Amino acid sequence: MTSKVSSPTEQADEAVVGEQRKPPGAKDVRRLDRVIIRFAGDSGDGMQLTGDRFTSETASFGNDLSTLPNFPAEIRAPAGTLPGVSSFQLHFADHDILTPGDAPNVLVAMNPAALRANIADVPRGAEIIVNTDEFTKRAMQKVGYTASPLEDGSLDGYNVHPVPLTTMTVEALKDFELSRKEAERSKNMFALGLLSWMYHRPTEGTEKFLRTKFAKKPDIAAANLAAFRAGWNFGETTEDFAVSYEIAPASKTFPTGTYRNISGNLALSYGLVAASKQADLPLYLGSYPITPASDILHELSKHKNFGVRTFQAEDEIAGIGAALGAAFGGSLAVTTTSGPGVALKSETIGLAVSLELPLLVVDIQRGGPSTGLPTKTEQADLLQAMYGRNGEAPVPIVAPRTPADCFDAALEAARIALTYRTPVLLLSDGYLANGSEPWRIPEVDELPDLRVQFAQGPNHTLDDGTEVFWPYKRDPHTLARPWAIPGTPGLEHRIGGIEKQDGSGNISYDPANHDFMVRTRQAKIDGIDVPDLEVDDPTGNARTLVLGWGSTYGPITAAVRRLRTAGEHIAQAHLRHLNPFPRNLGAVLGRYDKVVIPEMNLGQLATLVRARYLVDAHSYNQVNGMPFKAEQLATALKEAIDG
Amino acid sequence: MADTSTQGPGTIEALSLVPKAEARQSMKDFKSDQEVRWCPGCGDYAILAAVQGFMPELGLAKENIVFVSGIGCSSRFPYYMNTYGMHSIHGRAPAIATGLASSRRDLSVWAVTGDGDALSIGGNHLIHALRRNVNLKILLFNNRIYGLTKGQYSPTSEIGKITKSTPMGSLDAPFNPVSLAIGAEASFVARTVDSDRKHLTDVLRQAAAHPGTALVEIYQNCNIFNDGAFEALKDRRQAEEAVIRLEHGQPIRFGANGARGVVRDAATGDLKVVTVTDDNASQVLVHDAHTASPTTAFALSRLADPDTLHHTPIGVFRSVDRPVYDTLMADQLDTAVEHNGKGDLAALLAGGDTWTVVG
Repeated sequence: MTSKVSSPTEQADEAVVGEQRKPPGAKDVRRLDRVIIRFAGDSGDGMQLTGDRFTSETASFGNDLSTLPNFPAEIRAPAGTLPGVSSFQLHFADHDILTPGDAPNVLVAMNPAALRANIADVPRGAEIIVNTDEFTKRAMQKVGYTASPLEDGSLDGYNVHPVPLTTMTVEALKDFELSRKEAERSKNMFALGLLSWMYHRPTEGTEKFLRTKFAKKPDIAAANLAAFRAGWNFGETTEDFAVSYEIAPASKTFPTGTYRNISGNLALSYGLVAASKQADLPLYLGSYPITPASDILHELSKHKNFGVRTFQAEDEIAGIGAALGAAFGGSLAVTTTSGPGVALKSETIGLAVSLELPLLVVDIQRGGPSTGLPTKTEQADLLQAMYGRNGEAPVPIVAPRTPADCFDAALEAARIALTYRTPVLLLSDGYLANGSEPWRIPEVDELPDLRVQFAQGPNHTLDDGTEVFWPYKRDPHTLARPWAIPGTPGLEHRIGGIEKQDGSGNISYDPANHDFMVRTRQAKIDGIDVPDLEVDDPTGNARTLVLGWGSTYGPITAAVRRLRTAGEHIAQAHLRHLNPFPRNLGAVLGRYDKVVIPEMNLGQLATLVRARYLVDAHSYNQVNGMPFKAEQLATALKEAIDG
Repeated sequence: MADTSTQGPGTIEALSLVPKAEARQSMKDFKSDQEVRWCPGCGDYAILAAVQGFMPELGLAKENIVFVSGIGCSSRFPYYMNTYGMHSIHGRAPAIATGLASSRRDLSVWAVTGDGDALSIGGNHLIHALRRNVNLKILLFNNRIYGLTKGQYSPTSEIGKITKSTPMGSLDAPFNPVSLAIGAEASFVARTVDSDRKHLTDVLRQAAAHPGTALVEIYQNCNIFNDGAFEALKDRRQAEEAVIRLEHGQPIRFGANGARGVVRDAATGDLKVVTVTDDNASQVLVHDAHTASPTTAFALSRLADPDTLHHTPIGVFRSVDRPVYDTLMADQLDTAVEHNGKGDLAALLAGGDTWTVVG
């Protein structure tokens, strides 16, 4: 057991590690500045729940944290196989962190498959807790171990803790009237108890959670509680775990305020509810279930007391169709989906562009093309969002950068949609959706005012003096057309996907009018007011700029910190607005000798930037379904600086 | 059902939430300023006139009426109605109208569609709208041909039809829209004909009064690409034998002097057409549009010969009370407020597990 966790720190401040103290009558307690734990097991082992609970304990303790759930698309892949392995990685610290971490300091492997699938990510010196009960000859053979990795020396250099988790769980529950199989199911709680002891996590939250979750099955609740406590007590008594660790709350890094832990999809859902409240418009969600977006449908379905209507449609097209119908009626309308769904919705998005109605299209990107990797992350829908429609159909694009930022990004997307009467694409991704981090809960009165004015009366005078309503007579400043909702007397009008006469909105096939309308729709989107891009270049000496968008913010920022700690100069900028780009983007790009754009695709932002600004941007890409690792990015950026 | 016209909208449950017109309306109030651009002689003109003529009877504030359509000749309909309207994209009108109707219960929402729009590209949305029973009236103009794309066979065209895309004859078996709608558990299903203004208006009246989704199939002549498709039902001499007029509570009889009738075949349980005699007159089926089971309505829809159209029932096949989707949706919102109080954003954002950082 090393006295400190040796892994490159994101801040590269090798401080506050290794301090030892020994409370009277207790084991050694060491203080760490940060830890990365990965729970790994079979899909049915409850690893996501275990990770969620450890995260909640950690959040309530006040550490900064970042999580990375990683699971197969199959609900229950064949037991004990490599494809069936589900894992949950959690990085927590006494300081500000940005990513779920590159390499675990601790791996909890519930079976041989979990060990085999994850060991390559775990550096020597790390701790590995294995459930020895599952290391039977057959189970090991199933994943290609010819000899037991626990005995053949292949784990030399790791700090291996062999624990018969299953046996001990069953033993702890022997007084319960449970079958062996039922008792075994609580082994994840035993593991959680053990890890909670190791890292001094508060336990009240988990105990309360178990009692609530199994309120209708008190015996199961009691069994899980018993397993959880048994795991904790095992840590405290066994000699195998000689040390426990403290990671102080990250109070100093957080601004004053009240915090909670939040995932991207939850933050996005709350952002939509908040936008509805701030716009004083009812929220209408038309959606069709799709991974990894379904949780937003689930979450919004719970908030009907906010006047939220959720409509689970027969398909993706009906989901957006219903949303568009609701938008026509004056709702804040939303459809949520992932890439394949955006493909199906593209014709309706085009209609919304033509109708010029506010509509939020939320795309939680996943690996593509086609069905691709439903549970893995990717950023490869950017060009689909930008161009994936027939005709000239510009759509604003907003992308959140962290899980908590999904809240603000949803409000920003709503602002643009409502102000400019346009569909807006909100591009989140699987990593943001399922990952979580602490979030400073905003005061409601800090939130933007999104109220809109519906058209109330005629807006145009004909040559003969008649006062009429022209649905396509625009606001000269925003170029937005009036939003006249059914039920408003005197404003009856018809709109459609056929080209419309400027102003009157009547059908028009006039060539000059079409040319004008196409250019006007483009000008409206180009003219959207978006904040200037901020550049982080503390010394002002950087010659290389790293430009990102979306969920790469964490890994890029972590990589930049490493480089700066190592004495390098590098500037960083991160785009929230992909269409239109911030006005100053061209000027920013022009200030640097080199521009590097890391993306989880094959260079989609780079394509846009090169085309638009004639900048020889260097693309750095990864499409393996996982977020970038900070170390790997730092190496790539260093090469760019030196190259 | 003709007596509904004297009830006024206030007594029509389906329209009870829709504001009433302040002044008496006329057909002219529902005509938009747009030039109607269907081919001269198109059956759509007659349907438009019937709808515009019928609307004043409802007495609804016309700003609370919305026509939504898809793509196709019939889908130009909203442009000609001086109400709110949306000409959307191919096949999607029921989906869009569902969002509008379920979010705005103070509106009277109508979807106008055709046989291609509703039954080919939009078939999925149609059946789901019908099963959901949103408060929505769907007018399906069936001309058994693609008109706007200039004459390909449609999903209601008869087998073997020679068209531009089927020079050797169509291979597809046609849909019977009424059978399809009943199969999808529609709560209101009717059929009428463009040229019979009185019948068309009567069916519209019943559809408007129906709470939930109403499907009205309107046989409509395309005089350019499928002229005379429904001639068997329109020619006075042929119609007597071809058309079966369904009236709730009345024996189903047709033909000269009601010589023919529909009876249940004792051997199969199916329906069949017989010549009515003194012996079998008592066995003639009395039409019950309100019966809960769709079985007999479905059997009625199967009487017509898809080629000759002989024994084509028109009128209301089925009109039953079923919970209305948008009402249920609104009720859930009310229930949620009752149980949890009106949504408190600050409380929602704060959630349960929080910690505080003090400066």
